[in-house]
Amino acid sequence: MNGLDQVFVWLGHWLASWFPVPAQPLVLAVLAMAGIITVFGTCFALTTIVERKTLGRMQNRYGPNRVGPCGLLQPIADAVKMLIKEDIVPFSADKTLHYLAPLVLTVPIWLAFAVLPFGRNMSAVDLNAGILFFFAIGSASELAVFMAGWSSQNKYSLVGAMRAIAQMISYEVPLVLSTVPVLMLAGSLSLNDIVAAQGTFTYGGLARWNAFTPWGLAGLLLFLIAATAESNRSPFDLPEGESEIIAGYLTEYSGFKYALFFLGEYLGLFAVTGLAVTLFLGGWHAPFQWLEWAPSWFWFGVKFGALIFLFIWVRATLPRLRLDQLLNFSWRFLVPLSLINLLVAAVWWRTGAWKFAAEAPARWLLCAALIALPFHWLGRALRGPLPPPRKYTYAE
Amino acid sequence: MPNELAFLPCAVVTLAGAVAAMMLRNLVHCALCAAGAFAGLAALYLQLDAQFAGFAQLLVYVGAVAILIVFTIILTRGADLRPGAAATSPAPWVGLLAAGLVVACLIGCLVSSPSLNRLPAATADAPVKSIGEQLMNQYVMPLEAIGLLLTAALLGAVVIALREPPKSEPPTR
Repeated sequence: MNGLDQVFVWLGHWLASWFPVPAQPLVLAVLAMAGIITVFGTCFALTTIVERKTLGRMQNRYGPNRVGPCGLLQPIADAVKMLIKEDIVPFSADKTLHYLAPLVLTVPIWLAFAVLPFGRNMSAVDLNAGILFFFAIGSASELAVFMAGWSSQNKYSLVGAMRAIAQMISYEVPLVLSTVPVLMLAGSLSLNDIVAAQGTFTYGGLARWNAFTPWGLAGLLLFLIAATAESNRSPFDLPEGESEIIAGYLTEYSGFKYALFFLGEYLGLFAVTGLAVTLFLGGWHAPFQWLEWAPSWFWFGVKFGALIFLFIWVRATLPRLRLDQLLNFSWRFLVPLSLINLLVAAVWWRTGAWKFAAEAPARWLLCAALIALPFHWLGRALRGPLPPPRKYTYAE
Repeated sequence: MPNELAFLPCAVVTLAGAVAAMMLRNLVHCALCAAGAFAGLAALYLQLDAQFAGFAQLLVYVGAVAILIVFTIILTRGADLRPGAAATSPAPWVGLLAAGLVVACLIGCLVSSPSLNRLPAATADAPVKSIGEQLMNQYVMPLEAIGLLLTAALLGAVVIALREPPKSEPPTR
């Protein structure tokens, strides 16, 4: 274990040692909070510029390139603009709720970061029921969205809020269900235990991540799809479908409250991405044994960044869904598949006792088939018959 | 003890939320105050070191029941009371009587409970795990019964909400 790995832990303890002993746990907690707020606040600023640049590159344009070198100072300019913009509250709005909604959205999401293990010995609190805490805290965001939509006294806001809540409730089911196999096989609700369960290596140093098992891979994909919908990102960004309902529940917000909603949305994405890394991608563990020399927080950051890039990539690639497609996709495709995935995880656990030649590939193939075949059949059944091939007529 | 200090704000939030949920004139405000009271109750559970109960309370009551109440208000009628309507019921003593009876019952149960005399247990090493084991072994039948009941309720709701196609023409897809 090298020094770089524990540098943040030591730094925290060194800073706390300046305070009297009874105050030290409190100081450590405050330091952890400050670290989380600094790192993920910076992440938010960086992601906005990286997202705009990447989207630009994928759509054959430059993206922001005026402020600073290559447009890199754009987030600072945006932040200043948001801060000094006039804060408009509609005359007929419910002033208290209109004011509270962005706070109720943003504050609980900061709390969710507390249980994520960012590195070895680097989680702010190790709760026994960590993952339950994560989802329980997240449930406040639905109320916040409703408060925003209802208090604006605007039809578009209310329709947007209703869409958002319907979407969040529908996709929370597959989101939670896809995490259940991980909890089952790790035998714990604590995120630190789940990371520890993925910490060993097999087959010449390949890590034992959940994503390398059939149920883990399927669970990761289901989780990522549901997470995209939970954080209202494209292709599931109907609540803000600007071509239909202006900006949904954000319509009547301006200035810094709008920025807070934006912050809340990105923080929600970060939190759920961190959870995906923790549950399926081995948390802070290295992918191969010979790569273990790199600090643990580095590996967390690499996986985190890769998943964020994946979300940006998806946003640049896929068109927006229709509302009925969105809800059908969740209830008739993702929920059954995540239930089947539970069964696959049980089969995987049972077949762990197999003892014959080539038992590992056989077990892998059996479980993969158990989840891939329902995926194929369900997909076909939902799609229905294909339309007849399109005939193209060209002007000569 | 910081743990005892935390009791007071949690209790105040719970009580204030509950009172506001009864007294406010705007139904949506009432629903949101009720959600606040639910959250305060969850904080009380956490203050008592009951992690599972606290998080389940948040997840179920703030995440689901509050949203359900809000949806019900929005879908049935306007959020505001009619201008002339009284905020209190015509016979408040019935409610007071019921509340008093419930409180008396609970106090009676608490006083006669043997757990009052028991020493406070040392912190269990994995309470969530033991709750899970209890649910899956000793209390598996009640759990299944509740699951069945909820499924039946869900099906009933779907049947009520299902719009029947007109009898004369075949349903079109």
